[in-house]
Amino acid sequence: MLLDAPADEAGVAAAVRAAWAAGEPLLVLGNGSKRAMLRPVQAARTLSAGALTGITLYSPQELILSARAGTTVAALHAAVAAKGQQITAEIPDFSALLKNSAAPTLGGAVAANLSGPRRVAWGAMRDHVLGLRAVNGTGEIIRTGGRVLKNVTGLDLCKLLTGSHGTLAVLTEITLKVLPVPERRATLVVRGLDAVRGVAALAAALGSPYGVSAAAYVPAVLAHRVPGLAGAAALVRLEDFSSFVAYRSERLRAELAAFGPVEVLDEAATLAAWAAVRDALPLAGEEGAIWRVSVRPSAGPGVAAALEQAFGTRWFLDWGGGLVWIAGPATAAAHDAVCAAARAAGGTWLLMRAPEALRAAVAVIPPEPAPLAAIARRVKAAFDPKGILNPGRLRAGA
Amino acid sequence: MIAQLPPRQDVLARREPIVAGLRRLLPPDAVIAEAELLKPYETDGMSCHRQVPLAVALPATTAEVAAVMAFLHREGVCVVPRGAGTSLSGGALPMGDAVVVGLMRMNRILEIDYADRLAVVQAGVTNLGITHAMAGEGFFYAPDPSSQLACMIGGNVAMNSGGAHCLRYGVTTNNLLGLKLVTVEGEVVDIGGGHLDAAGYDWLGLLTGSEGQLAIVTEVTVRILRAAEGARAMLAAFRANDVAGACVAAIIASGIIPVALEFMDRPAIHACEAFAHAGYPLDAEALLIIEVEGSAAEQDEMLGRIREICLRHDPISLKISASAEESAAIWKGRKGAFGAVGRISPDYLCMDGVIPTSRLAEVLRRIGEMSTSYGLQVANIFHAGDGNLHPLIMFDANDADSFRRAEAFGAEILTFCVEVGGCLTGEHGVGVEKRDLMGVQFTTTELDQQRRVKSAFDPGWLLNPSKVFPLPVLSA
Repeated sequence: MLLDAPADEAGVAAAVRAAWAAGEPLLVLGNGSKRAMLRPVQAARTLSAGALTGITLYSPQELILSARAGTTVAALHAAVAAKGQQITAEIPDFSALLKNSAAPTLGGAVAANLSGPRRVAWGAMRDHVLGLRAVNGTGEIIRTGGRVLKNVTGLDLCKLLTGSHGTLAVLTEITLKVLPVPERRATLVVRGLDAVRGVAALAAALGSPYGVSAAAYVPAVLAHRVPGLAGAAALVRLEDFSSFVAYRSERLRAELAAFGPVEVLDEAATLAAWAAVRDALPLAGEEGAIWRVSVRPSAGPGVAAALEQAFGTRWFLDWGGGLVWIAGPATAAAHDAVCAAARAAGGTWLLMRAPEALRAAVAVIPPEPAPLAAIARRVKAAFDPKGILNPGRLRAGA
Repeated sequence: MIAQLPPRQDVLARREPIVAGLRRLLPPDAVIAEAELLKPYETDGMSCHRQVPLAVALPATTAEVAAVMAFLHREGVCVVPRGAGTSLSGGALPMGDAVVVGLMRMNRILEIDYADRLAVVQAGVTNLGITHAMAGEGFFYAPDPSSQLACMIGGNVAMNSGGAHCLRYGVTTNNLLGLKLVTVEGEVVDIGGGHLDAAGYDWLGLLTGSEGQLAIVTEVTVRILRAAEGARAMLAAFRANDVAGACVAAIIASGIIPVALEFMDRPAIHACEAFAHAGYPLDAEALLIIEVEGSAAEQDEMLGRIREICLRHDPISLKISASAEESAAIWKGRKGAFGAVGRISPDYLCMDGVIPTSRLAEVLRRIGEMSTSYGLQVANIFHAGDGNLHPLIMFDANDADSFRRAEAFGAEILTFCVEVGGCLTGEHGVGVEKRDLMGVQFTTTELDQQRRVKSAFDPGWLLNPSKVFPLPVLSA
């Protein structure tokens, strides 16, 4: 495998231009920490943005930060923490889940649109990307968005490129909106509920005026893998000024008492519990395949139960019940069942981890309806006319 | 008059059969072709531009929209999508050879699901109509453009509308879950739905703010939020714009994100006070309206912290609202700002540039210098937390020279916004207004990349012609 890791954007552009001229496919990545996701890419050459590192602009009072794509997520966290701020998207670290020790990069997190538990309250990674620099499939450098918080000038290619897994362009620099670290964090834990009642409790909390910033449900069988839990539990997080968290904890505790006994986890326990949920640690040690299914929150328990009954899958729920994390047998039959359950609930799926043979053989994300699939092919060609950037990463033959 | 693509003579010559074809697809009252009935559609919120369309179609269902689009596609006729026609950038300005497809009859709320915190509404439901439909349950739809009483959610999606409270709640694109859209060929496609974050390309994000260039949206699934326990506003008046700007930066740096943080300069303060009698201090150079949310005690605490920060910036006056009525009065002046300026000037252009907030004082100084050199007054009202400026340039539309100077003044402001690291438009969209300035912000390579994406959806360039992309459009 030939590896190019240019030190700057011009080097990335030159590498893509050369590949374009030769019609040679490229495996595009940062440090490769998420290679186990989605479909394997067949390419003789690898282009890494991992050497494009460094924060290029950080203005805490404007709530913005720009960094080159290969900057590690860890480096970013350290930089913003020093100014009392945080990356709002609460980027998950899937190292354990994907059994990969490479340091995840900002570019990878954006390319995969990775968002943690705060997604339900503050939006996805794509909601915090203000601007991008990237190299398209002919080696042209393009900018989209900018460094300001509001921007509707032209088509929003930031959204299109975020989550496109390097199939449209190679990200070289990203500008993000950041937010202050809250003064205090706490978690309310409602114990002993089944999934349906648990998600109802989460809905009550998310539908309250108390600014809940995360809501998850962990069944009894996985509870020991989340610090602070001993059995099935619905977890609700508050993040705000100290006095607000104190007041809101009390109000929420009263409202949730109708569902079951409520305990409050302190700051340290809150950080530990939500890191586990964020990184999907309850399933990281499971053998076999891992799926993420996204449905209406109230449909989450039904999807989870149906698959558990048929395949003995293990699961937990984030995003108020709408994100169903599933671990099960790495077989086409199990995958088909996951797809069918997601589809029946009006939702979507992503094959997060599986042996390469399975990933190459199945639809790792839902197929698009014909009119949209035709548009998608033309959009791909609009960026990458020869189809050299991460071919097959999202769909076979695309 | 702004340049348009020349009307296609072959389409104008086929006007009668095209109208007859539309009449076969829609009920009799849903196709408008008579000159006097077309008049109301000749302009939008940017009323300095006018153009009577070929015809207007008013479908009432997605199936009717699809039938109309398929027919017009076969006939090779351009389409101008329209909601309430409140665009401030000419986004719904008709073209003489185009059919306006108005979605105002698609005005039903199809579903409200409080447990899953979403609502499914047709494109012609008004922005405020969504919130009104669930007010009894304490929920709301967050983006709140000034035109929210009239503007429709379909138009909000097309323009990615913002509002005064997006510092906390985001703009339209951050508050959507799904769309039902009709392609230029008349195919119906569902994107997203009740769930978050579909895998694959983010069509939802790309369609939002695409200004009718890619497809027509007929239904929207929006996220709805439970309202906070309460909200309260305060006023802080300062001796100079840069002092107020520094105060804004200090508030943000302290870790407080108010739900709204609005800025008015001296001309805006005077115009709004004369209109709304909100109690704005007339001796101030700059005024901040700051709103916080939460329980009464939480409001007190946050306003107390903000007050401390303001006191370090030598304020002329600070006034914390003591009641919902006082807060309403504070907002009345701000929300009526455009009308207030309309009372002191026969006409005005409302700009929408965005700047890095650290450049605020410098940009306002420069706008003041431009005001002198163009001989036109300007009032500055803007969303200070996110740097979204709304300079209102006052002119007289009956005086051609005054209008020409106003347009040049506006273009110079927006160009300066880009120069200091900002952008041409924060929430009003490019439309026809800023189309010819796109080259200031983007390289030809970048514009060509956007044009190729447009072509992927609309290969014949039939959707909302002569907007967004500088003419001639087809270089890709």
